[in-house]
Amino acid sequence: MALMADYLVQGCQMALMLLLAPLLTGWIRWVKARLLRRRGPSILQPYRDLLKLLRKEVVLADSASWLFRVAPYLIFSALWVGASLVPTFASGLPFSWAADLIAIVALLGTARFFLALAGLDVGTSFGGIGSSREMMIASLAEPAMLMMVFTLSLLAGTTELSSVARFMSTADVGLRVSLALSLLALIMVAIAENARIPVDNPATHLELTMVHEAMVLEYSGRHLALIELSSSLKLLLYFSLIGCIFAPWGMATAGSTPGAYLYGTAIYMAKLALGGFLLALFETSIAKMRVFRVDEFLGAALMLGLLGALLLFVSRGL
Amino acid sequence: MSLPLLLILLMILLAVGGYGIAAARQPGGSRRVYGATLVICVILLLLALARLLAGQGVQTLILPFGLPWLGAYFQLDALSAFFLVVVNLGGAIASLFALGYGQHERSPERVLPFFPAFLAGMNLVLVAGDAFSFLFAWEFMSISSWALVMAHHQESANARAGYLYLVMAFFGTLTLLLAFGLLAGADGGYTFGAMRAHVVSPGLAALVLVLALLGAGSKAGVVPLHVWLPLAHPAAPSHVSALMSGVMTKVAVYGFIRIVFDLLGEPVAWWWGGVVLALGGVTALLGVLYALMQHDLKRLLAYHTVENIGIIFIGLGLALAFQANLMYASAALALTAALFHVLNHSLFKSLLFLGSGAVLTATGERDMEHLGGLIRPMPWTALAFLIGAAAISALPPLNGFVSEWLTFQAILISPELPQWMLKFLVPAVGALLALSAALAATCFVKAFGITFLGRPRSPVAAQARETDLYSLTAMFILAGLCLLAGILPGLVVDGLSAAVGQLNGSALLPVQRSQPWLTLVPVTDVKSTYNGLLMLLFIGVSGFTAAWLIHRLASGRVRRGPAWDCGFPEPSPMTQYTAGSFAQPIRRVFGSILFQARERVVMPPPGDLRPARLEVEIHDPIWERGYVPVVNAVVAVSSRFNYLQYLTIRRYLGLVFGALVVLLLGMVLWR
Repeated sequence: MALMADYLVQGCQMALMLLLAPLLTGWIRWVKARLLRRRGPSILQPYRDLLKLLRKEVVLADSASWLFRVAPYLIFSALWVGASLVPTFASGLPFSWAADLIAIVALLGTARFFLALAGLDVGTSFGGIGSSREMMIASLAEPAMLMMVFTLSLLAGTTELSSVARFMSTADVGLRVSLALSLLALIMVAIAENARIPVDNPATHLELTMVHEAMVLEYSGRHLALIELSSSLKLLLYFSLIGCIFAPWGMATAGSTPGAYLYGTAIYMAKLALGGFLLALFETSIAKMRVFRVDEFLGAALMLGLLGALLLFVSRGL
Repeated sequence: MSLPLLLILLMILLAVGGYGIAAARQPGGSRRVYGATLVICVILLLLALARLLAGQGVQTLILPFGLPWLGAYFQLDALSAFFLVVVNLGGAIASLFALGYGQHERSPERVLPFFPAFLAGMNLVLVAGDAFSFLFAWEFMSISSWALVMAHHQESANARAGYLYLVMAFFGTLTLLLAFGLLAGADGGYTFGAMRAHVVSPGLAALVLVLALLGAGSKAGVVPLHVWLPLAHPAAPSHVSALMSGVMTKVAVYGFIRIVFDLLGEPVAWWWGGVVLALGGVTALLGVLYALMQHDLKRLLAYHTVENIGIIFIGLGLALAFQANLMYASAALALTAALFHVLNHSLFKSLLFLGSGAVLTATGERDMEHLGGLIRPMPWTALAFLIGAAAISALPPLNGFVSEWLTFQAILISPELPQWMLKFLVPAVGALLALSAALAATCFVKAFGITFLGRPRSPVAAQARETDLYSLTAMFILAGLCLLAGILPGLVVDGLSAAVGQLNGSALLPVQRSQPWLTLVPVTDVKSTYNGLLMLLFIGVSGFTAAWLIHRLASGRVRRGPAWDCGFPEPSPMTQYTAGSFAQPIRRVFGSILFQARERVVMPPPGDLRPARLEVEIHDPIWERGYVPVVNAVVAVSSRFNYLQYLTIRRYLGLVFGALVVLLLGMVLWR
């Protein structure tokens, strides 16, 4: 019976991820519009967009291959599984041991690999420019993220995200230089990986500096819906990750009462709302940078991450 | 019992090579040769697998030939058995592929005799039990693979590659000869048993390590000794390239492990591990950066072998560092990671080379700038190549990820190492490894995307045909093994345990078979766990459910139309991204310092009708700084002494007399 309840909570987690992802995107768009003194669309607009896209037919380019049609499903499922493995309202869910933090980073890599291939598939110049730049960004962002993983696992003695979250909510952590460095690195990586300003602009289509939007330019209908949902899921994944590592308060543990789960969910949504507001604030107050400044930005993230890990290799107290 | 049988099979393999000379002239002769090597390799594979799973223990055999006072020693232990599995799996698959691919060979008389000999040579290295037979087999392997590299020697690039390969191979054998000499000591016990018993002083042991690194490293392709590899591996026919890159480099890794971990005994100093680790890290990063700059598909794959060798050496270096500090449990993890990657790389690199061979047969083209869109005429080859590309990019749930994950876990337990240098070195190498893993994904998006996706860039690419059934079977067996090793890594780790235990004072990882859900648990389950099977299941179920629900409830309609491309579609396929333009951001970020990459737009003056050109200039720092000076010095010295060939007889006699006097004087002074 307890096992059944555990699996049920795991299922809830997966469903919650799917339901919350568009809401987070809508919330950020709304806050951004308000900060720009616009009225902005409703928070629920992303849901409506998704439903509209799902019902439309797909217009496939003549030169598109089977890979182009399979990729959205693959990308979506890889990101959904990845997002569901991050503890959100509760830690220690029954499948949390299936993949540790390194595997989650690699799952993000799987999704990116297929997205970049899909960008190249139709054989247009825009698709190529997007794929090429996305992989350039990723080849700096992924190691920076892994350096953050190193720091965490050296501190917590584990790469299991649930155990890391539990460790981070105890008093043994304290204030550490290495943690501050890796938080900074993780935020920089999150901005780059989610195609946010100043690295990329999620709201534009016709701009030579676009990266993510260029790759998915040829997608339409249900495929586009899946791609859009996947990028919302990815954003949610990064928010949950930062939340569960650096703000692990209020999280329920596996096997607690429904009340505790509900409380955990409420706290989690409050964290998301705050995080989304901060992201919108940051995005409206900064200009986009040139593509060939991105490598300096991410190189700094990599160095910060490495510095954090190095400090811990030298002394466990830092 | 299995060792005599194994040697008999190797003799038969050599005989098949002899038959190959005659078979090359007969119709269907190549089928018979490759069929025979396939059968023999499968039997050898099964024998080796049985030996590996039987656990530790050594079987030896002494045959009365070889050096007169020594005889030829052969031995078979768990380490040899593991590498025999790798070699014969690769050999069997390459033979199967060649059953179809070999039909297109222009000069079969230059391939058929040497292919079985090459296989026999690699097997012999692994069962050699004394220095003489080891070096003999090593040279045999080098020469027979050289002959295969020279199969198409009419192309001047191939002849140059073969020459460079020969020089580097002799250099490697020379250093190994010296290493064995030091290991044997003044009394000259050249059997492996005698070398194990002989204690080498720390200074000499360090020298042996350096010599083994030079000798085995030059064969494996450790930077900066890799220069021959990306030239020689692609020059051979593709099934031989698969063997050279996927398998022969592993025989070199075996040579290193045998000398350093087995014959040399316990590592004396911690810096041994540091040296190997640093070399591994540099090799991994440089290998993948070089690979990214290539637009020849086979050369890209060959450079990428250098990267993977680096990953293997990172694991070996960590194991040496742990062993030097008597941390055997951690060393077991590092060794398992290294050996797992040996197996993985042999699987996916062979697969990718076979895929490039299929592309070569279908189009006659290795240059990616002339390919494109092959996924439509060659869907199955494309699928197999895609699986290989995803596996080598370390994407879960495939096998490449598991060995990299294990290597990361080994890095994460290394803060317990007491030496300060290692404390700084290990995270730096970890960063190099992370960087090269991410760059590898970029590299294979480029390799697969430019070759198989998009629109055809040349008429040959548009008219390609799917390859034959033998080749497809060979590729899909490898692809299946990549997936299996990725989702059931625990079984592989258990299979490796005998080899790991033999090198590591019997310290092992926990038994993985008995873990719930077949989860991979390298240390303890509170530290880190990974379950590839469950990942595949989750991704598969959620992907299929999503597809089913959407098609059922929303819409499943599809309409074909021209590509949108923001409203400005350009009909010419030349407007697509090319291999060069795909790598341009990476070239700009990493290459401007490392390769001194410069881009220049040459704009003709107004009124001139020539097109504007973008010129890219890339330098190879290792070749230009490391090798060209040596080559120049050799040429300068030999041209200085050239006049010695044109002396009169009197002067020659005077020279001989002078040499005699000098030598005698030397003798007197020595006394």
